[in-house]
Amino acid sequence: MADVTFTVDGTRITAPAGTLLIEACKSAGIEIPAFCYYPGLSLQAACRMCVVRIEKMPKLQTACTTPVAEGMVVQTETPEIAQARKATLQLLLGNHPLDCPVCDAGGECELQDMTFKYGAADSFYAEPKNHREEQQWSPVVFFDRPRCILCYRCVRMCGEGMDVFALGIQNRGASSVIAPNVPAVQSPDDLAHVDCEQCGMCIDACPVGALTSGTYRYKTRPWEMNHVATVCTHCGDGCKTTLGVRSTSDGSEIVRGDNRDKSGMNGDFLCNKGRYAFDFANSPDRITTPLVRQPDGTLKPVSWEAALDHAGKKLRELRDTRGGKSIGVVGSNRLTNEEAYLLQKFARSVLQTNNIDHHRTADYVAFAQALSDHPGRTASQLDTTTAKAVMIIGGDPTNENPLTAWNLRSDVRLNAARLHIVNHQQIKLTRQAKSFLQISDLSYGALAAFLAGDDSAVDGLVHPAADAAAFHTFRDTVRAEESLLVLIGNELRGEDLKRLLNFGVTLPNRKFALLSDYVNSRGAADMGLLPDMLPGYTPATSTNSFGETAIPMAAGLDMLEIFDAAAKGDLSALYVVGANPVLRYDIDPATLKNTFIVVQEMFLTETAAIADVVLPAANLYEKSGSVTNSFGDLQQVSKAGDRSGVRSDFEMIVRIADKMGANIKALVPFGKGTYADMGQTRGAQSGEADRHAVWLTANHLEPRTSPFDANAILDEIQRLVPGYDKMLRLQLLSGNAQHLEPAAQPSNATRRDLVLPSNDKLFTSGTLGRFSPMLEDLQVNDARLAAQKLVQIDNQAAAD
Amino acid sequence: MSEVANTIFSPELAARFDKLVTIYPLKRSALVPMLLYAQDEVGYISDAVVTEIAQRIGIYELDVRNVLSYYSMLRTRPAGKYNVQVCTNISCMLRGGYELLDHCKKQLGIGHKEVTPDGLFSLEEVECIGACCWAPAAQVNYDFHDNLTPGKMDEVFAMYREGRGKDVK
Amino acid sequence: MPQLVSHPDEVRVLSRRFGQGAADIDKYIELDGYKAVQMAIEKGPAQMASWIIDTMKASGLRGRGGAGFPTGLKWSFVPKQSDKPKYVLVNGDESEPGTCKDHVIFLHDPHAVIEGTMIAGLAIGSKMGFIYLRGEYRYLLKMMEKAVADAYAKGFLGKNIFGSGIDFDIITQTGAGAYEVGEESALMESLEGKRGVPRIKPPFPAVVGLYGGPTVINNAETIAAAPHILLMGGEAYAKLGSERNGGTRLFGISGHVERPGVYELPMGYNLKKAIYDVAGGIKDGKKLKAVVPGGSSCPVLTPDEIDVGLDFDQMGKAGTMLGSGGIVVLDETVSIVEFALRTIAFYQHESCGWCIPCREGTDWIKKTLTRVHAGGGNKKDIDNVQYLAENMLGRTFCPLGDAAAMPTLGFVKKFRKEFEEYIEGKRVEHPLIAIKPMGELIGAAH
Ligand SMILES: Cc1cc2nc3c(=O)[nH]c(=O)nc-3n(C[C@H](O)[C@H](O)[C@H](O)COP(=O)(O)O)c2cc1C
Ligand code: SF4
Ligand code: FES
Repeated sequence: MADVTFTVDGTRITAPAGTLLIEACKSAGIEIPAFCYYPGLSLQAACRMCVVRIEKMPKLQTACTTPVAEGMVVQTETPEIAQARKATLQLLLGNHPLDCPVCDAGGECELQDMTFKYGAADSFYAEPKNHREEQQWSPVVFFDRPRCILCYRCVRMCGEGMDVFALGIQNRGASSVIAPNVPAVQSPDDLAHVDCEQCGMCIDACPVGALTSGTYRYKTRPWEMNHVATVCTHCGDGCKTTLGVRSTSDGSEIVRGDNRDKSGMNGDFLCNKGRYAFDFANSPDRITTPLVRQPDGTLKPVSWEAALDHAGKKLRELRDTRGGKSIGVVGSNRLTNEEAYLLQKFARSVLQTNNIDHHRTADYVAFAQALSDHPGRTASQLDTTTAKAVMIIGGDPTNENPLTAWNLRSDVRLNAARLHIVNHQQIKLTRQAKSFLQISDLSYGALAAFLAGDDSAVDGLVHPAADAAAFHTFRDTVRAEESLLVLIGNELRGEDLKRLLNFGVTLPNRKFALLSDYVNSRGAADMGLLPDMLPGYTPATSTNSFGETAIPMAAGLDMLEIFDAAAKGDLSALYVVGANPVLRYDIDPATLKNTFIVVQEMFLTETAAIADVVLPAANLYEKSGSVTNSFGDLQQVSKAGDRSGVRSDFEMIVRIADKMGANIKALVPFGKGTYADMGQTRGAQSGEADRHAVWLTANHLEPRTSPFDANAILDEIQRLVPGYDKMLRLQLLSGNAQHLEPAAQPSNATRRDLVLPSNDKLFTSGTLGRFSPMLEDLQVNDARLAAQKLVQIDNQAAAD
Repeated sequence: MSEVANTIFSPELAARFDKLVTIYPLKRSALVPMLLYAQDEVGYISDAVVTEIAQRIGIYELDVRNVLSYYSMLRTRPAGKYNVQVCTNISCMLRGGYELLDHCKKQLGIGHKEVTPDGLFSLEEVECIGACCWAPAAQVNYDFHDNLTPGKMDEVFAMYREGRGKDVK
Repeated sequence: MPQLVSHPDEVRVLSRRFGQGAADIDKYIELDGYKAVQMAIEKGPAQMASWIIDTMKASGLRGRGGAGFPTGLKWSFVPKQSDKPKYVLVNGDESEPGTCKDHVIFLHDPHAVIEGTMIAGLAIGSKMGFIYLRGEYRYLLKMMEKAVADAYAKGFLGKNIFGSGIDFDIITQTGAGAYEVGEESALMESLEGKRGVPRIKPPFPAVVGLYGGPTVINNAETIAAAPHILLMGGEAYAKLGSERNGGTRLFGISGHVERPGVYELPMGYNLKKAIYDVAGGIKDGKKLKAVVPGGSSCPVLTPDEIDVGLDFDQMGKAGTMLGSGGIVVLDETVSIVEFALRTIAFYQHESCGWCIPCREGTDWIKKTLTRVHAGGGNKKDIDNVQYLAENMLGRTFCPLGDAAAMPTLGFVKKFRKEFEEYIEGKRVEHPLIAIKPMGELIGAAH
């Protein structure tokens, strides 16, 4: 829209016509207070805090609903306006419990801040306040009604933002109340509950402490925490999250996850996992001392030195006697890029094996191969916020990639984006879709062929819910889109995926993304945790060196082959870093009887339980490095929590290599940067962020003075991994996401994709989820609500 | 046949609802009338009423509750067979509305929003019912009674007790 | 059934058919019914709309719902072209305390409302009208339903009305107990099956109204006046009233008068005469204490302020409002504190709760006045009440906040002494008044 110029408090401001006054002022650095206004949600004009004086208007006007106009003259802070705001606050405080000293929001409360600003602390009411007991609506959502100021942000967040509509407004006037969707009268326990996705967005949006979080409430005061911005460890979306940490006697505990750093590509969004499921890190079940299997068969705590020594010696001996080919390595989707890279380098150069794999949740090899010659065709997560048209093939973003789903909903709501969906099931996003087609779960291949122009494939598609004509219409519709963002679920793999992409790139303005399940699924593939692909999708069969490092020139065993080898007695050793293949691939432990197993883990998982050496590992919230989301957006992770006794996978790999007698300088090219000790090298203190890293970041320095400094490997990644050479270090260090495109060599070779979806839903998160009490509670809660619904239906049926 | 299997409403009301949701540009417009008519038949808005109306209109039960809790004529608990609504707003108050209410309380032995033990009457103090020029006024269910005095009110009670009262619905 | 009253000063335009059985369609036709709409149609498609709007403008008719907005002008705001269907909405929510005039129209002349709705429809190019009655008026709703059905049966409604090639449908609708739903945009919300919370303006209903379409919303009396105006001509109608206040209006006179009732008086008629002549003076020979001249939201007038003409402008000059035409008369025995409390209790009960100043302001004023009235007041209370009311005024989301603040300010300013007497313990509370508690949670809420 055309720009208009207007005057606010004597300053001339220019903004696009139609911009809301409150937003235009914000951009110009003039803050107008507001409770009910929330960017991106529908307008309410209910709180009346944003009133301003506009020339030629008889009454004060709400800045939250007034679009700027040419020549408008506005005053935002006159005595009259201050008085109006003060009176509104006085009215609110009249019924407010003023329990700020114990309120979670104390110190972070918009009502407090406003009261401070407008001095409305005097109370002139003699009447008692309306007290109500706090209610627990779910394991994670608590409602303290007297604190509520009825700004309706939560209601809109839940309805418009989440498309859940679990909160409503009931009664009227002074009895008005925010009410959840399971009323007390329908609950076995006579208490109101909320049946929803438990994202906690309502809590986040609440300007006061009326909605509080089950994990955080009454735990600490905001100013007693340190806040660390990092990336959520749960799914492949890569939400930025701010972790609130606090010292404990054995490290530093994460007490809160929120998105107060709204700078990330998730804006203000976090799902329940990002918000609450950091608690696995605080689990009492964590392993905090190394364990070594004794001759009597038991696992016993030993010193780090003893454990590493044992692991290193044994691996060296097995490599030297039975050869690298007899050793298997399983990496993880939750390692940093630096760790994943280091692990494959260690496997290939020290263990001398290409037998390395990870739990693959999408076929990134095919994706990279199909698009590598087509720069600009891979989508960033940011594209989901602005795309004019989107096609989703397979997948279920609401459950598996909640941020993607949030962004798409916002894109539809705010930008009138058109959403087209093909899926084997009626996923929730179809409610926002312009067109939806259902296919059978076995016909994604036929779909790819049909979309690519093979009309005969339509026969393989037809589903009772649609006819051939519908598929043609659908195809015509998406082809007619001038630009299209194509989001692909893990259902499409290998040749089918390539076929779709190969066709897609022939049309202009098409961008693609392949959705996957874990925080670094993409990074694990990019970094070459694959038997046949080196970092950057370089075929392992094509070379006997990577950079300066000599490696075996042959494809290694993939995940299934590794365990087949074990069953045949051909696997001498197995090195598992942050994975649980025994459970995931249903491996019979007996087949691993004669394999020497080293496991780096947080918990005594099914795999760790049969290991010979178990090394207690830090999780993603306890280390620094980088991760790459499904879309290929690279982001930095920062150390937030700490647990005494655990070490990062990076450090453990280096130490094992050291014990094996490897050349550490070749493995981690450290010592090339600044040598000076800046007096800051003591690393993380209990309850603190990694001050060393913080300080270095602030000074744009990367000293790489230690072999455990991941930056040294990052240099190598940037130097050697195709695609990652474009990385901008300052972007990374400043906490910004940057989109990287894979740069593979095209290939027509067929290979096993071995994609195994994790099938995580909103309240599960692989192995981590099993150790998150909050996710467990949410699952129990969800099951209870479901059962309750069944009872109601039964009762209803009985009553009929 | 009703559009809804196993409807909780009488066939007449179910048929009326089937029609009601079709006459408006948007189905949801039928919500407030439906709630009122359902209440007339069932006596109050029960959970089952909420469920069926939500289903008929295709909205969440929460939506129905949000709306029904807004309107003061809708109730989620049974009232008496005859709900006596005495206006005490200004015009009625000036002409004895409170005395009338007080009289009703004594005669029926119940207070605001209470029901007599036999379930015959319930009492409600209500806001202006649009009978200001014929004050004080009261409504028994939907029936208006004007220019009331305590004595006339007793006649009204007698009339309903003996089943002579009108019951517009 | 409300009895009809009459007085020689009455000018019967709107009430012309009252008491003559005009609820029956044939009787209505006999009494010139459905003539006006046919006159309009006879003007032909090109002239019809402009003729209606010009006539309405010439009539000087101003909205009878309370705000007094010129009706012809309002109709002319509706865009000629629209992607969405246009609607006519008749506001029969009549809930302002002291007001019962629409009640009488629905009862005695339902077809006038239907014909008026059709006329408004023709004026703006709408094919559908809604007649919204408050839930308490169930028996009137039944009468309206019957009248609408009769009009359909005669072919007056439905397809091709009066051979004009124009279709017009009317739907009757009921509320379920909420004063705020009388506010035009809240009424649209209610009619769309939602909570009766008003909408943000602009856009105004004439541009974006019911179901997002351009909508004319008028009070039932305004609408019922339209056929009469077309029949008698705009200028003739205008002449009946005062300057810039065309025609006649139904005034409800209630409270302490000898002959309470709904009277049709010319606009500008003297208020004092209305009380003393038309309504027979103060009941039982008592002295007049105060008059609330246009429904409970209008600031009170003292006896020496009532020599004023009953039209929008003169009442405005007198520091009050003509409002909905409900004149409430208070004799010397009335406690103003009690009256003020009862008034604010109403607004507290009816506030939709959407915006802070109205929701909290009405609640605190009610709480404070309850205490003052019960004898527990202190000196600061009067100032506090005034402070609260002043800070609500003009700051709320919709005019309900003003409707609560204005009378409150009137009472405390003009009768401050009486409040002080309560606080000083010189007066005791009325033995009967006990403001009902605001209920908790659903169903018992109101
Ligand atoms: C709180 C509030 C309540 C209202 N109640 C009514 C009502 O009951 N009936 C009515 O006709 N107008 C009522 N109005 C006025 C309407 O908003 C609107 O102005 C009117 O229906 C327009 O019709 P008119 O131009 O014919 O007066 C109310 C306004 C407010 C702010
Ligand atoms: S002034 Fe505010 S709270 Fe009051 S009725 Fe209007 S919108 Fe609702
Ligand atoms: S922010 Fe404008 S009224 Fe609340």
